[in-house]
Amino acid sequence: MIKDVSFGQYISKNSLIHKLDPRLKLFLLIAYIIFIFLASNAYSLLFITAATFFILFLSKISLKTYFKNIRMIIPIIIFTSLLNALYSGGGTLLFSYGFIKIYTSGIYRACFMTVRIISLILISSVLSYTTTPTDLTDAIESLLSPLKYLGLKNAVHTMAMMMTIALRFIPALIEETDKIMSSQKARGASMESGGLIKRIKALLPILIPLLISSIRRSYELAEAMESRCYNGAEGRVRMKEMHFINKDYFSFAFSIVVFSVTIILNILF
Amino acid sequence: MATLQFGKGIILKKSNNTINNSNNNCNNNCNNCNNNGKSTKENNSQNIIEIKNVSFYYNETEGLPAVDNVSLNIKRGEFLAVLGHNGSGKSTLAKLLNGLLVPDSGEVLVNGLSTKDESQSINIKKTVGMVFQNPDNQIIASIVEEDVAFGPENLGFTPKESRERVESALKAVNMWEFRNKAPHKLSGGQKQRVAIAGVLAMQPECIVFDESTAMLDPKGRKEVMDTLLNLNKNNNITIILITHFMEEAARAKKIAVMNNGKISAAGTPKNIFSDYKLITDTGLALPQPTELLHTLKEKGINVDVSAVNTTDCIEVLSKLLLKEKEA
Ligand SMILES: Nc1ncnc2c1ncn2[C@@H]1O[C@H](COP(=O)(O)OP(=O)(O)OP(=O)(O)O)[C@@H](O)[C@H]1O
Ligand SMILES: [Mg+2]
Repeated sequence: MIKDVSFGQYISKNSLIHKLDPRLKLFLLIAYIIFIFLASNAYSLLFITAATFFILFLSKISLKTYFKNIRMIIPIIIFTSLLNALYSGGGTLLFSYGFIKIYTSGIYRACFMTVRIISLILISSVLSYTTTPTDLTDAIESLLSPLKYLGLKNAVHTMAMMMTIALRFIPALIEETDKIMSSQKARGASMESGGLIKRIKALLPILIPLLISSIRRSYELAEAMESRCYNGAEGRVRMKEMHFINKDYFSFAFSIVVFSVTIILNILF
Repeated sequence: MATLQFGKGIILKKSNNTINNSNNNCNNNCNNCNNNGKSTKENNSQNIIEIKNVSFYYNETEGLPAVDNVSLNIKRGEFLAVLGHNGSGKSTLAKLLNGLLVPDSGEVLVNGLSTKDESQSINIKKTVGMVFQNPDNQIIASIVEEDVAFGPENLGFTPKESRERVESALKAVNMWEFRNKAPHKLSGGQKQRVAIAGVLAMQPECIVFDESTAMLDPKGRKEVMDTLLNLNKNNNITIILITHFMEEAARAKKIAVMNNGKISAAGTPKNIFSDYKLITDTGLALPQPTELLHTLKEKGINVDVSAVNTTDCIEVLSKLLLKEKEA
């Protein structure tokens, strides 16, 4: 049942965005997030949001899929909008009921925040929909690689290897949890009934076997890795080469233009 | 290397039986007169692995050795099966072969290099590959081709070379079309073939399979057996197959039987399986065809019990039945 979780949300499509170098994507994502926060007036925000939608369009993934991610954060959007609507006084009073007073500027702030949050979610989804978890790990490793000049080469490598292995074993562990749960249920354990304490207690017979089996797994995995000449970062050369190609330069240039226009709009209005 | 024990308590309480009939070094009749004259390896000695009086203790202070004064030579291009009941020391022996474990006494030589020599550790591991029992616990990356690349990457090959090795390894195990799949979406047999490819990509001269078919269904088992037979025959890779399936062992050129950490017998499958007493004393079973013939013989029917596979058995039986018909 839960075996088939697509950890990460990668959706395979043949698009420009999919083919971009993952390092560049990760870097640009961070930049977009920063500039979305920097957009301080309606014009610049709307502009960078439009750019975001253009990127969504380029990724060939349907808007519906993107908006699935938004659905999950609707409560957050409502909450922030309410706070903003209630707490900014300015402009004309639109509505008042007892101590609740809503001004035009409040409405404006609420809309502004909503658009900002939505753009943030959308642009982040682009990365997770168009990049495989493995590519992402590689990108993180290579973006952190300057740390090796601080003598942290092994730390960066180890972290990346841990992420790779974690990604690999998540499905296996989910499957295993499933199995252990079934076998504990077959022994008469009940997991769905009882109060909180009772339920937490019911988790123990699942967690302990899971922990033990994970330790055994890691022991076996370590032997397998050692047998395949694993020796840490020492002498290791990745098969997958990452280079920038025209698409990457183009996307980089496009993003620079977007960022500059955002800043100019900020200044002009 | 740290050792760790997890509920490996299934040690058969077989009394120490006295089978000293066979010598430990098995330079006997099972010569592999391989018609492979094209061995261009720098080391031309005919033994790829030499095990010399090796003992290994998991627990130095007390207890019996897991491997007890074992000597064995493994020839280049050989297909050796290792049999033995649970806890007889097969896996321990396997791990001694590529330096995952280092002998407490005696030594293991791989292409003449001792596994005790730390500086040769990578060299030895690259020569003697290992495929373990659980395919899930030996696949490291979440994409097949990246997993297969793990070995070559560690050995520092250029991306281009790694890519070529990955391609030929995946093709050798017939998994090339699955190169972009996630391992957890493959069947057991397919996963195990990926694991084999991962070892092959290091271009080893010898591969040790430690019960690599134990968790597979008959189909997966066949896939893996076919793969390893093919590697032995066409790529001249030395195969050491640890197994509990007698039918698999019967396909080897030579069998070594382990009992309480010792090699209690070694010889061709025919030799080993015709020794009924040895087989039962070491807690093993015969391949079904051989079992059948032995039972017939016990019943007083005069049959040749040396057949170890179905084809030979059918041969023997049909001869017998025809004779009966004529009489
Ligand atoms: N990591 C360990 N720590 C301590 N003792 C161990 C360890 N691994 C194996 N042993 C012990 O060493 C002996 C040989 O074990 P080994 O795993 O080599 O047997 P085996 O022939 O491979 O058995 P099986 O058929 O169950 O795989 C057993 O008595 C076992 O309990
Ligand atoms: Mg074993």
